[in-house]
Amino acid sequence: MKTPDVTAALADKKLQLAIHTATGRMAERRREIVAQGVMPDYQDIRQHAHNLKKHTLENLDYYLEQLERNVEARGGKVIWAKDAAEACAFVQKLARDKGVKVIVKSKSMTTEEIGLNEHLENDGVETVETDLGEYILQLAGEKPFHIIAPALHKTKEDVSDIFERHLHSQPESTPEGLTMIARKALREKFLEAGLGITGANFLIADSGAVVVVENEGNARLSCSAPKIHVAIGGIEKLIPRAQDLGVFLRLLARSATGQALSVYTSFLAGAKRPGEPDGPEEFYLVLVDNGRTKLLADESKRQSLYCIRCGACLNHCPVYRKIGGYNYPWVYSGPIGKILTPQFKGLHDDPWVPFASSLCGACGEVCPVKIEIPRILLELRADVKKDEGASVERFGFQVWAWLMRHPKLFGRLGSMGTSTMNMLPAVGPLKNWLSQRDLPESPKQSFRDWWKKR
Amino acid sequence: MTSRDEILTAIRAAVKRQPGAPIPEPPPVLLREGAHETLLEQFVAAFEALAGHAVVVTTAAEANAAVKTIVNGRTFAASSKMGGGEFSRDACATVDVGITSADYALADTGSLVLLTESAESRLLSLLPPCHIAVIGRSKIVPSLDDVFRTRALPGETSSAVTIVTGPSRTGDIEMRLVRGVHGPGEVHVVIIDEM
Repeated sequence: MKTPDVTAALADKKLQLAIHTATGRMAERRREIVAQGVMPDYQDIRQHAHNLKKHTLENLDYYLEQLERNVEARGGKVIWAKDAAEACAFVQKLARDKGVKVIVKSKSMTTEEIGLNEHLENDGVETVETDLGEYILQLAGEKPFHIIAPALHKTKEDVSDIFERHLHSQPESTPEGLTMIARKALREKFLEAGLGITGANFLIADSGAVVVVENEGNARLSCSAPKIHVAIGGIEKLIPRAQDLGVFLRLLARSATGQALSVYTSFLAGAKRPGEPDGPEEFYLVLVDNGRTKLLADESKRQSLYCIRCGACLNHCPVYRKIGGYNYPWVYSGPIGKILTPQFKGLHDDPWVPFASSLCGACGEVCPVKIEIPRILLELRADVKKDEGASVERFGFQVWAWLMRHPKLFGRLGSMGTSTMNMLPAVGPLKNWLSQRDLPESPKQSFRDWWKKR
Repeated sequence: MTSRDEILTAIRAAVKRQPGAPIPEPPPVLLREGAHETLLEQFVAAFEALAGHAVVVTTAAEANAAVKTIVNGRTFAASSKMGGGEFSRDACATVDVGITSADYALADTGSLVLLTESAESRLLSLLPPCHIAVIGRSKIVPSLDDVFRTRALPGETSSAVTIVTGPSRTGDIEMRLVRGVHGPGEVHVVIIDEM
């Protein structure tokens, strides 16, 4: 099984410190704000959110049709996209038809997933990421490192260099100064953009509404300043009622950054109405499948779709916290990425993904909607093994099982092993196995020998 | 078959449902009951913990004076509800201070809730570096759940419901908190006791 080379990430002391500090701080703040004394009903709310997601996905066709009716009743349009190509093609055509030259975009994992920016840039439309972290990465030509803190691996010196190179700004040594450089550059884009794109943290069936949660105000600007607002969301983002929103909002920001609420929560029900002074004149909602219906069919792993993208599982994962966000094969990293990637992309290209876990269980414990990530990881491992057929590893375990049933032989081999283990050749079938593992130095005598002589 | 039909068909096959089949009862709506005794104190404490500035006055006339003190000679635009003139996008983009009303204040999180049905602009509370909201004390409710209790479907009358919890902020550079990244970095609320 070919695994990514993580030695560079592990050896990079600056990177290790950045990941450790950022994820550690987010985890710490989460811990404080969901503590028993601060939020006594936290566990009940988690369970309730889980139940709501379960119910919605089990009746997803019903709620999607309800959502569509309600969006259209207010003059909005719903676009159903089977895959990334359809979603991108719609936005591209809309931009062309409306003569849009500049698009402002707020952070959205779904648009990362469908590769929207690359698509639009190829068509000559300037598409600007406006979340500060995403903006930095777009200028640098990089992908998000973390769902919530996309540029956590960049130092202020890195950012100053990137701004100097692309915005021709003067060197700047403080995060405050750098932030203001970005504010000024992006403000111009907001005011000239013909179209704004946001993601969707939640889609509300009974209201025909999109809910977008953020701290900076760039999503509010993206959906308020341009004439056209396009919201793009996965079909799994549905919740039944506006009255259910409180439950999810109480979990999302607490789990992500340890805030009681993010700074801005925008509940958007279509274009501007008569009597409202501003807001978009047109509203489009793109519902993206892109593999979700396939995942929905697998009842035991269906809950992978409950994810509200808070990033808590990344912050608590001993593997993510060492290897970072760039050593996973797809846009979703960390534990949630480890269960989404194999289910969206299949098991063949990167069968190692569900194995890159210590199964410590932290991800499942902190998940605000109680996705059983460790259990799903185990199921995916079993799927990979089923796929591989008879392997050397399986043969090895069969031999071991046979030995365990023959204790005398096992004992004799045990004492032999102490002298031969250090000579195990790293060639042949063992080469692959040993390439990912270090053998401990073998003791001078076996446990059984030691026990007898004791 | 259209993409819509393909997706819906795939979903129905996945969850084993027939088109138009009734759905089971969803989990009940869960709305919290909050205490109403110390709403003002709670709200002010939560709002100030987020680096907001709160002033409590008795009458509308006093509110005007309080707003003037905060503006302190800077350029400003007020919404029509706050005695300003016609809406101007250019004004929103150029003034130092935007002055608007707010429809609710949330005691538990120190948030302001802005409904577009109140004919308030979206951009006036967003583009200027400083936002002042004027609100009656009676509009303070225990939590967001109280907004949804009285308004089960807020989208029927407003294209946007915005919940604002403190100044615009980011931590994207080295996790350092910086205020005022895209929205206002300075936020004030003037609470009128009589209203």
